[in-house]
Amino acid sequence: MSGLKDAGHLFRFAGLFVLAFLVFLVVRSYVVPKTFGQYGHYRGASIGEIASRPIKFAGHQTCETCHTDISDIKTKGAHAHVNCEACHGALAAHADDPTTVTPVKPDTAVLCAQCHAASAAKPKDFPQVDPADHAGGVPCETCHNPHSPVVGSDSGASAGSDSSASAGAGSSAKTAKGGAK
Amino acid sequence: MSGVEGYIYPNEVTLYWSVLIVLYPFITGLVAGAFILASLERVFRVEAVKPTYRLALLTALAFLLDAPLPLQLHLGHPERSPEMYFTPHSTSAMAMFGYVYLWYLMAVLVFEIWLDYRRDIVLMSQQSKGVMRLIYKVMTLGSSNISERALHIDDKVGWIVTLVGIPSAFLLHGYVGFIFGSIKANPWWSSPLMPVVFIFSAMVSGIAAVMLLYMATTKLRGQKIDMRCVDTIAMYMFYIFIIDFSLEMLDLVHRIYEADESFRSLNFMVHTRLYIPHIVIQICLGTIAPLILLFLTQIVKLPEVVRKRIYATAGCLALVGVFAMRWNVVIGGQLFSKSFLGYTTYKMELVTREGLLAAAGLTILPLLFLWALVKLLPPWPDKSLHEAATGD
Amino acid sequence: MNISRRHLMILLPAAAVAWKHVLAGTPEDSPNYRMSEHWWGMLIDIPKCIGCGNCVRACQTENDVPDGFFRTWVERYHRSDIHLESPEVISPDGGKEGFPVVRAGEEGKFFFVPKMCNHCADSPCTQVCPVGATFITPDGVVLIDQKYCLGCAYCVQACPYGCRYIHPTKKVADKCTLCYHRITKGLTTACCEACPTGARQLADLKNPNDPIHEFLKTHTVQVLKPQMATGAKAFYNRLDGSVR
Repeated sequence: MSGLKDAGHLFRFAGLFVLAFLVFLVVRSYVVPKTFGQYGHYRGASIGEIASRPIKFAGHQTCETCHTDISDIKTKGAHAHVNCEACHGALAAHADDPTTVTPVKPDTAVLCAQCHAASAAKPKDFPQVDPADHAGGVPCETCHNPHSPVVGSDSGASAGSDSSASAGAGSSAKTAKGGAK
Repeated sequence: MSGVEGYIYPNEVTLYWSVLIVLYPFITGLVAGAFILASLERVFRVEAVKPTYRLALLTALAFLLDAPLPLQLHLGHPERSPEMYFTPHSTSAMAMFGYVYLWYLMAVLVFEIWLDYRRDIVLMSQQSKGVMRLIYKVMTLGSSNISERALHIDDKVGWIVTLVGIPSAFLLHGYVGFIFGSIKANPWWSSPLMPVVFIFSAMVSGIAAVMLLYMATTKLRGQKIDMRCVDTIAMYMFYIFIIDFSLEMLDLVHRIYEADESFRSLNFMVHTRLYIPHIVIQICLGTIAPLILLFLTQIVKLPEVVRKRIYATAGCLALVGVFAMRWNVVIGGQLFSKSFLGYTTYKMELVTREGLLAAAGLTILPLLFLWALVKLLPPWPDKSLHEAATGD
Repeated sequence: MNISRRHLMILLPAAAVAWKHVLAGTPEDSPNYRMSEHWWGMLIDIPKCIGCGNCVRACQTENDVPDGFFRTWVERYHRSDIHLESPEVISPDGGKEGFPVVRAGEEGKFFFVPKMCNHCADSPCTQVCPVGATFITPDGVVLIDQKYCLGCAYCVQACPYGCRYIHPTKKVADKCTLCYHRITKGLTTACCEACPTGARQLADLKNPNDPIHEFLKTHTVQVLKPQMATGAKAFYNRLDGSVR
């Protein structure tokens, strides 16, 4: 009995611990987000937050709902599998509001060279030219229709023989699947 | 991209773990080391080191209070750090920090100091005046029982706490090593030896720090240094230092001999960017030099003055060496690219949140903590207190 | 290109409806998207990459990636015939503006390697996060909860591929989300949308009709740093042994 009395101060110290632990539990129940642990050790609601971020690239399916004339030409040409926004840039703003947001036409002299300027580092079967040598300063679109670039194939007759067409096989399948989701 | 050599992944240009993260294992190391020294007296009955017992405990507490500050300062969102307590991720070594830290702070250090000082606290709560009286009153937790039996219970419990404290000290610092050692992406860190090396170097630095503090405070108080105590501390430091050095060399030799895919890159780094901090400061100046000095004191019978100077020099060098070791681990581990094809540079800022000034401040801060603690709980026998306590 | 004519046509409302449909919904309330039905990855077809940097630019536009940091980047390897294990690699500004021209006849092999978060199934980065601010979703995408992240940078240290960084102004970890806001709405990622050659293809491993299955059957596919055993889901077609 006196032993317990002489250890009384230890119980006071232990009491402090228990008190702190209880306070911790109460605070914890308030501050931990409600969705924490919904799917795993994280805030479940954050998935929805990340998924609802704004989209900048509308996706070629959206473009094609209006620009059927272009897509008709493009699907038969060597650029069939180059998506619209690969060259025209992110245009979700235009899809949102087509009348007030109008895209700027890309400068072919810069744009085409980004892909087609010759370099030994590029795959051998990819069509490439030395821009200065090839056209001598004449804009690319003078001879090539960017939507169906092989010369004399504006109607799209010669499409498919070009290597870049085979290169895009997977991408078209992918986007088709995207629509099916 | 100045300071980049060869090819590094573009996101690797910036180093995210700065000098503050160097400081953090250094400071926790001092805590662990100081505590181990205190436990020498308490658990292993090494009577010679008794004069440093209380000082070692207070030193450990002062540095432990400082330890989370560099981490806090380094976080991008310090206000979110309580999340570590509320939703600790069980697979993260870092998440355990909060709990190990709290356990060590409250259940081990504070408890042990409280038990050891309880008699003094009660006496001071009766003798002091004003605010101090109130502080001491609060510290007694409302119990002024300092009967023979109560103190005997305190002594027994204190012994158990110290016993629990030793593995806790190992845990506290071992897990710091594990934070680095478990990163498989980084070959400079990834090693099961890392926690062990961290613990032993921590013991070296902690013992050196307490020894220096003991010598300095004794001098400041105009007292005579207890040479038997300092000799014993130096001996323990020497032996632990040998283990630490062997482990570090084992790690080094193993890396050199295995020469895996990362070796060429790391080897180049050690011979260029890390040459001064690693080879010169850590190994030569901070390890081999103090080892030789301590070895001399063990085999040659030197006069007291020389021994004191040697201990002071060796202690300082050991602290520098252990700090350099932390630097080389933390900073060195981020200087090379995980592509093993290039290197970046660490540019320490001066007055930013993670700069040199903040680091210097956080190194001095524990000494201020210690000063306050010593004022509050004098570690050396207080004559007036003893005279007043007639029962003693 | 008859814009005025198109404006008068009734196509516009239809397109707007289609577009609004795309924009609708989060995983919680969208009836079209169920997380349990997907397991996302990415196919990267090295022989098709021309190093144009379109993906890097598109990613930066779509995700507001700060300058000097990269959720995706492109590397150009030069693997000489003698030193197979120590290639020369460059990635000027992450390849955002393309690469310097290589003259014909240079010694060794040149090729481009697009890099991005591998969305590892056993990711070392989510393992080390102390608070659960980064995680893998039930549909296999490694995401960061930037409202919960401490900014401790432990995940940055743990990623073997250098895919993470601390956002310079938000002070939290940041990296590729696999355009989670797009793929949950039936769109492909921004980098895939912008890639002119189909060198990047979003892959849904749980979708039996996904061309990835046929591709994996017929090609030699590897992941980066397989020795790291991270369960990486960025699959590289014809990955050279010198790539790291």
